[in-house]
This record gives sequence, structure tokens and C-alpha cells, in this order.
Amino acid sequence: MNKDTLLRWYRTMMRIRIFEETVNEKFLAGEIPGFVHLYIGEEAVATAVCSLLEESDYITSTHRGHGHTIAKGADVKRMMAELYGKRTGYCKGKGGSMHIADFGVGMLGANGVVGGGINLAAGAALASQLLGNGRIAVSFFGDGASNRGTFHEGLNLASVWRLPVVFVCENNQWSSTTPYRESTSVEDIAVRAAAYSMPGAVADGNDIFDVYEKAAQMTQRAREGGGPSLLEAKTYRIKGHFVGDPEKYRKREEVMEQLDRNDPIKRFVERVLEEGLLTSEDLTRIDHETLEEVSSAVAFAKESPFPEPTEAYEDLFVEAGAQ
Amino acid sequence: MRNITFAEATLEAMREEMARDARVFVMGEDIARQGGIFGQFKGLPDAFGLERVRDTPISETAIVGAGIGAALGGTVPVIDMHFADFIGVAMDEILNQMAKIRYMFGGQANLPLVLRAPDGVTRSGAAQHSQSLEALFMHIPGLKVVAPSNPKDAKGLLKAAIRDPNPVIYFEHKDLFRQRGEVPDGEYVTPIGEASVVQEGGRLTVVSYSRMMTQVQAVCKQLGDEIAGQVELIDLRSIVPMDTETILASVRKTHRLLIVHEAVKRGGVGAEIAAVVAERTIEYLDAPIVRIGAKPFPVPFSPALEPAVIPQEREIVEAIRGLLGARI
Repeated sequence: MNKDTLLRWYRTMMRIRIFEETVNEKFLAGEIPGFVHLYIGEEAVATAVCSLLEESDYITSTHRGHGHTIAKGADVKRMMAELYGKRTGYCKGKGGSMHIADFGVGMLGANGVVGGGINLAAGAALASQLLGNGRIAVSFFGDGASNRGTFHEGLNLASVWRLPVVFVCENNQWSSTTPYRESTSVEDIAVRAAAYSMPGAVADGNDIFDVYEKAAQMTQRAREGGGPSLLEAKTYRIKGHFVGDPEKYRKREEVMEQLDRNDPIKRFVERVLEEGLLTSEDLTRIDHETLEEVSSAVAFAKESPFPEPTEAYEDLFVEAGAQ
Repeated sequence: MRNITFAEATLEAMREEMARDARVFVMGEDIARQGGIFGQFKGLPDAFGLERVRDTPISETAIVGAGIGAALGGTVPVIDMHFADFIGVAMDEILNQMAKIRYMFGGQANLPLVLRAPDGVTRSGAAQHSQSLEALFMHIPGLKVVAPSNPKDAKGLLKAAIRDPNPVIYFEHKDLFRQRGEVPDGEYVTPIGEASVVQEGGRLTVVSYSRMMTQVQAVCKQLGDEIAGQVELIDLRSIVPMDTETILASVRKTHRLLIVHEAVKRGGVGAEIAAVVAERTIEYLDAPIVRIGAKPFPVPFSPALEPAVIPQEREIVEAIRGLLGARI
């Protein structure tokens, strides 16, 4: 892995981590309205997978979508402004955290319905296939979504039509407050790939190198016309389901143990320093730059105006002839 | 002018739009090999190939969800629901994705797609193959809804729907597919959002659409020129956006209003029209507004039972006679 890629990975993972920690703080301070779901602890998955994509490729995301949006290349300023409900946000204050999107970089939206993005990604891949433009699509979704009908219908459709799409299941062990083992019929969601005649693989979702290696085979397959694949990235949701979740359903020790032993950023840092791939100066510099970047995003969000009430009546339909 | 069937008219629209715009494709259950249950897709694969005329798995959720994704990816999908009743399977895709995407993402993307939904009663289809569901979709902001009553509008509205950069649900009544009518030669589009005054008259406004429009016209014939001549007939054609100005102008002229649709009367399109008229021009009314719609029951199977739920011509005759005689 070349140094540029490693630096890029680290910057993206830190950008997500600091963005999420800042959102956590600002939400608890009452500055951010709505419902917010944090991606802390799962950064390696979006970072590795999106580093395999071109800007013109598509992703669909989940209610826990900030990480995917950042990894696909969105601007944290406009993201933060959206979370604050401001006019300068990506959705002009109409979406918020659960509907963050940046179509300019192929990020087709976070989705408030679990499993809602799976068929949208298959459809974007179908459009690529029909138009012959070489773009591929990635759908990120959670372990909970793998129990929805959209998963079955979408994977079957993608398989019979050999669509250029990679399904990335982030198994963070928790469907809201229900543990994975109580809600899902299989030990590994990846085995479900066999039912759709597509390759399935399990990656250590907190090891960015492992996610990258397995996802690379799948994105390559999609680009070469080989059809869809299913990657299960085993990870762990460090924070509650949403900010403010009292988390009475799990023990604090379980979370602390994951943080201590299995934090994807910590694991990355240990490895790159140990193997001499990056220096601590490299990392510290990125830490500072990223902190600065996110704090200026907060300033931008706070300074930005709220939309006028009449803007609630815009953007429902576009005038005919505009397509 | 040519005399062709409703199904043929929609087929012409598909052919013309697919030839005009290479991004347009159509997918659904049994449309390529079978040509659609009502023959409404017959011959399209020969002209445009199986890539652009796609048979799908029986996966309404995936068909509609992938249609939305394909629209976001730069194509113009036409999605056939087989029967409007099956929309329930894809309801989340319509309610939470299709209707919301443009707005909740702040207008970042357009969603040019058409959902074709064959609806209404025909040949004792019973409870799960006979419904008229337009009111459900009228209630959800972010969707356009149309329902043509004749071959000419079927073609013009389908072309307009395909060209519209917003999601359009196109309800086509199953019993109308074989109905014949005059269709103009050459290119034309029927604008979405414009009602059609089919017949002018001075004493009673009748608003209808889809198959019930043809029933109202048949009733007017039966009643004879003297009575029918007093009726102003409006074919709504578009349910969202609704051409309320045409309805209001007519009611201000005739002072009486009858609304007729096949869908359930309770909470139906007629309720919306009645409310708009009451809100905006009640002082012009000389008689109570009358609505005719299905009774609030699932559509029963037996030919002996179905007419007890679905509006019949007799009801329309009585309502017209009653309104023309009635004064408040």
C-alpha cells in the first residue's frame, strides 16, 4: 500500500471520527436538532470501500450515514450546516442527519428507512449498465437491513441482471437495541450471498487493510461486468443507536473492551507505526488539520442563515423541461 | 384521426418516447415476452430490445426501488406494476423514497420516472385485482397522479408523464384497454394538470375521470339531449396537480356539482374536490354537492355482488335527475 493511500485513509478516518465526536458534543449541547446516529468505530469500512471508488461511482447509505458521506468526498462544512438545519447545508435544511446527501460526488443519500438504499443502488447500477458509462454502485447497509425484504429482492435482481453493484453489510452487532444473534438466522451474513449466486466474504471491518483487500476484488468484479457481490464487514457500534440512547441493553464493559482492543483507527495507527509505513509526525499533522477543518465547519454552520419559512415550499417538483 | 384502442394508444406513446429519448426504458412483470396482460407492451422488444424492455422477477419492491435508483443514475424508467393492487408491495419505495427524494435532498436530483398502474374493476377480479387507489397517492406530497379516460388522453398523458422530470403515477383502467377512440395523427402531448371540458352545459357540473367518465357519458346519451344539454362534463385527467380552477369556474356557472369516481367514496378524490368547492365558492351552490363512489367494502367477486359496491349507471342517472330538479 503506498504512502499516499495510507495518508488518505488516515485523514478520512480521522475526519469521520472528529466530525462524529463534534456532532455528539453539539447535539448534547442542544445545537443540533433531530435524530443523530454516529458512525464511531466503523470508520474503516466506509474509508476502505470508498477509496476504491471514483467520484462518478454511486453509493447509497443508511441512517448512520455521515461516515459514508465523508468517505465519498463530501465537504464537511456543508454537511455540518445541514445537520444544523441551515440553508447552506447540502439539502438546504430539508434533510438533516438522516438524509444527508451529496449527489455531486455520487452520494445518493442517507436513508431513514432501514434497507431503503439497497434497491436504489441496484437501480443506479442498472442505469450505468444501460448507459454503458462504466460506473459502479455500492450500497452500505447494516446487519438489521439484511433481514428486510429489500435485501432479498435487491440481491436477487442484481444477480439475475449481473448489475455492477457491491453490497456492503456493516455488521455492527446491534439492530438498534436488539443483538445480532437474536435477530438474524445466520452466524455470517456473507453466507446469504450463496442464495443469490454471488461471491460473499467476511472482512474484519475494523481492519482497514482487510476491508480494502476484500472489497477490491468485489469492485473489480463489478467493473469488469462480473456482477454483484456481498461483503460483510464485522464491526462494532461504539456509540448508542442514537445520540442520547441510554444503552440499557448492553454492558459498558463490552463497549470499553471494543474501544480498547478493536478501535479501527487505533489498530491502523499501531500497524503503520510498527511497520514504519507512516511517522507519528505524519499522523499528528493530519490530526491538527482535521480538528481545524471540523471546527471551521462548525463555525460555518453556526454563522450560516436558517432558511426562510417560504423555502419549505421549494424543491418538491422541478418544472417540466428541466431534465 | 385514427380509431384505435386505449392499449394501442399507450403503446404508441411508448414507441414514440423510446424512439425520441434513448434513456427511456420500461420494466415490469411479463411485459417483454407476454407483451403485458392487456397487450399494452406488445412488439416493444422487437423495436427496442430486451435491455430496454425488461421482464423482471416478481419483486415489486426491487422493481420500484431500482427504478428510482435508475432515474437517479440518468435514465428515464417506466415501471409497470402489473396490477395497481400490487403497489402495496412497493409502498415504502413510493411513500418514503420516490415521493421524498427530490425534496428531502434539497432538490439535488430529479426523479423522472413513470409508474404505470392498471386499476379498477374488470371481469370479476375480486378484492386484490380490482382496486382504484388514486386517493392514497393524492395524499402523499411529491407525486403526480394522472388517470386518463380515453385513448387520446391515454397517449398524450403517457407521453407527458415520460417527459416530466418528476415521478408520475399513471393509473390506467383495466376495463378501458380495449375501448376504442379517436386519436390524432402526429405528435401531441396532453399537459399534466389540465382538466378537459368534454361537454358544455349550463345547469350541472359533473366531474369524473377514468372509466367512470365513460359511464357518465353513456348516461348522458341515455338521458337524451334535453337533460344532457344542461350538463357540463369535466374529465379531470390529472388528480395531482388538480385543475381546480376549471372546476370552480364551471360550478360558478352551473351552481350544482356531481362528482363520480369508481374508487371508494370515503376519503376519495371526490371528497377533496367537494372540500375545495365548499371552501372557495360555496356561495354559488344552489344544491348540496353530490358524490358517487364505491361503498367502503373490498370489491367482492361474484357478478351478483360487485355491482352492489361499485357505482352503477342507475346511481348516476338518479343523481343527475335529482340535482337538476333540486333547489336548496
